[in-house]
Amino acid sequence: MTVEAAGGPPNASQITRKGFSAQRARELPIYAFLFCCAALSIVTTFGIVIVLFEETYSFFKEVSIVEFLTGTEWTPLFTEKHFGVLPLLNATMFMAVGAMFIALPFGLASAIYLSEYAPQTVRSIVKPILEILAGIPTVVYGYFALQFISPEIVQFIFGSDTSIFNAMAASIAMGIMILPLVSSLSEDAMRAVPRSLREGAYGLGANRFEVATRVVFPAALSGIVAASILAISRAVGETMIVALVAGQIPNFSWNPLEAMAAMTAYIVQVSLGETPRGTIEYSTIFAIGSMLFVTTLVLNILAQWLLARFREEYE
Amino acid sequence: MSTQTLAYDTAGRNAYRRVWARLFHTVFLCATLFGIVALAVLLITVGLDGLGRVSWDFINGYPSRFAERAGIKSALFGTFWLMGMTAMIAVPIGVGAAIYLEEFAARNWLTKIIETNINNLAGVPSIIYGLLGLAIFVRVMGLDRSVLAGALTMALLILPIIIVAAREGLRSVPPSIREAALAVGATPWQTVRFQVLPPAMPMILTGVILALSRAIGETAPLIIIGALAFVAFVPDGPLSSFTVLPIQIYNWTSRPQPEFAQTAAAGIVVLLAVLLSMNAVAVILRNYFERKRKW
Amino acid sequence: MVDQEVEVREAEAPYMRPILPVTHSETSLPGLKMGAVTAADPADEGSVLELKDLNVFYGNFQALKDINMSIGRHRITAIIGPSGCGKSTLIRCLNRMNDLIPSFRAQGEVLFEQQNLYSRDIDPVEVRQRIGMVFQKPNPFPKSIYDNVAFGVRINGIKGKMDEIVEKSLRAAALWDEVKDKLSQSALALSGGQQQRLCIARAIAVEPEIILMDEPCSALDPIATLRIEELMRELVSTYTIVIVTHNMQQAARVSDFTAVMMMSEERAGEMVEFGDTREIFTNPKDRRTEDYITGRFG
Repeated sequence: MTVEAAGGPPNASQITRKGFSAQRARELPIYAFLFCCAALSIVTTFGIVIVLFEETYSFFKEVSIVEFLTGTEWTPLFTEKHFGVLPLLNATMFMAVGAMFIALPFGLASAIYLSEYAPQTVRSIVKPILEILAGIPTVVYGYFALQFISPEIVQFIFGSDTSIFNAMAASIAMGIMILPLVSSLSEDAMRAVPRSLREGAYGLGANRFEVATRVVFPAALSGIVAASILAISRAVGETMIVALVAGQIPNFSWNPLEAMAAMTAYIVQVSLGETPRGTIEYSTIFAIGSMLFVTTLVLNILAQWLLARFREEYE
Repeated sequence: MSTQTLAYDTAGRNAYRRVWARLFHTVFLCATLFGIVALAVLLITVGLDGLGRVSWDFINGYPSRFAERAGIKSALFGTFWLMGMTAMIAVPIGVGAAIYLEEFAARNWLTKIIETNINNLAGVPSIIYGLLGLAIFVRVMGLDRSVLAGALTMALLILPIIIVAAREGLRSVPPSIREAALAVGATPWQTVRFQVLPPAMPMILTGVILALSRAIGETAPLIIIGALAFVAFVPDGPLSSFTVLPIQIYNWTSRPQPEFAQTAAAGIVVLLAVLLSMNAVAVILRNYFERKRKW
Repeated sequence: MVDQEVEVREAEAPYMRPILPVTHSETSLPGLKMGAVTAADPADEGSVLELKDLNVFYGNFQALKDINMSIGRHRITAIIGPSGCGKSTLIRCLNRMNDLIPSFRAQGEVLFEQQNLYSRDIDPVEVRQRIGMVFQKPNPFPKSIYDNVAFGVRINGIKGKMDEIVEKSLRAAALWDEVKDKLSQSALALSGGQQQRLCIARAIAVEPEIILMDEPCSALDPIATLRIEELMRELVSTYTIVIVTHNMQQAARVSDFTAVMMMSEERAGEMVEFGDTREIFTNPKDRRTEDYITGRFG
């Protein structure tokens, strides 16, 4: 044994007190920096809230909240200004719900297929393809909606006198865009359902379809609902598709063949022009932004709450 | 009830059940194919419209009032500038936050708030980040419509994604490695710096590339902070004004003339090519290091 | 030093008695009766680590109850007992590895050179520099053999020629001849037994005073186990070794002192007997020890 105790393990030496350890002292700034990195997220949130609500506040000094929330005319860029947000809000919600008509049936059905039916090889091919679909930039969907969905599908079915800008094309494009989100989150939820539940049902003589729809689907329901809410939230915040294909005209309507400006489309419209700070137009985009922020936040929190409940049940 | 009747009924009912089960097997399969078909149609549409327009002149040309002469050089360079700077800002901060949360954070209310908050930020629409960037970076900090303002905005936007990816990377390093380092007297930071971060790096890098590929297609926040559509020069510094591929595409798409639609499609082809190569790099990296990993 | 130690022990004896009624009869107090020590250095060097009324909790669950023991310098102390009785928890208390578990809480004292390792102003990092550890499963860093040994030396700023320190440590861990030609190869390419000896070399390289071994052979085959046991006997002339093992034969083969732990009715780990290894195995004082070592349970 030749570890001739280089200087010897200093038996008598005391273990240094925490504050005096040089190495530790040198590292303190590192820990502080790392904490700041994590805390930046809080600063960001505060930044968003402050920025949005500061301008929104000055907006509501000029426009009454009642008019904003109940008015059905939105013409802040005209000489005769009206500040009723309902047309924009309605358009956003209308198109988001429309997107769910595509994303929900197709997304859930493919989730059931991938989770309950698909052999491993099919899964390993289909899942990456859906991931690609999720990774396509939204401006590309906008192009696709304007150049293909609107003329080749909507106008094909409803006649060529239909406006090329219409809510339906936007909804279809958004539906395709959020389909992978619905399908992958729902699939995760269904796969989290314990095997024992499935085996119990198979043991009673149920077939695959019955197990999938009557056992797995209900058991995963809260996770599936959460996935759907997240998808709606994504559609509500979606910008480029609605800006390109749903038009810029504020239109309080439930006709999917008409053009209607969504909240995000309005923000884009104003941003493309020159709007100096301090004008009412500048404030409007922050007021709309606040509305958008609150809506998506509520939806996200709801979804997270549901997911947490779902996890508690099965994990 | 006689057993015969029961047997007969069961058989009939089972046949009926089987038909439904078969039918829906097909329905589910078709629904799954829908997404794939949609992707195929999208790619074919874009390809048919745009592939013919892609040429060296297109890639090396500046925007123009004439669709047939318009090129994407400034947008392509703008995109690379923006992504480079976004990465330089977001990666250290994102990885730092991930290290703090994964390795050092005490399990207390503050950590919980930060984690919940990051989750919520991931769900905030990108256009809201544009408003934040407009008010803070463009106006208050006076960065104007510069690459820097855009990069800061984009960095905030992709931070949550990078943090999640980096945490996953750190988590893939087994705890026994941390114990080994601590047991020879390494400080928590030395443990992370020398033994946890190096093996986690490939996975973190993969996540970063994927996060950047999300950012590369983002259009809305950059429109809000006022990135220009018509830029006839390549950015020459962080404070230069700029345009990016998606904005150029948006601009061309929104024009009524059909020739510009082709130009837009050509732009999309280039954008998708960039995206595809980034994803390919990420996948190759991931596979390579997963095979190399021994634990 | 020795005399002083005796007095300390005597003074402790009264309050230890209720827990360890039989063991702590004056004749079998560990660390005192050097005659009982097996082949080790005849000069008794007293105790280096003292546990006083150590209680450990994970949240509300009590994992260890009233542990008292002293670890003799340059001796091998084995901790044995059935699985789940808290052996690993106990050994991980000795260099504050348990600090990594968020709900962990310790009461009582672990005295190292008269200092309580759990007092507020002690830096756990420095504790671990001086009390090294070898783990159940070999856990080399995914780096070269050389870098594995050198890591602790580098970060602790130990002076000296690195190549020499690496060689010396690998020799001390009886690994040098097997790896001297491939120091730059990945440590993960070594066999399990070699990896574990590399982990020992890595621990030795930072020159700790105590090496804790938490079931170091449980993942190894019998031949590799034997190598490690031989190695422990060699190392003990320079270091103090504490080993947790579920293998009673191993404890009997290598250790000078043995602590037997059992799970109490509330599932907390207790020490039922502690003393000279030969005594424990040939003439156990506690009924539960006897049952355990004769294989009647556990």
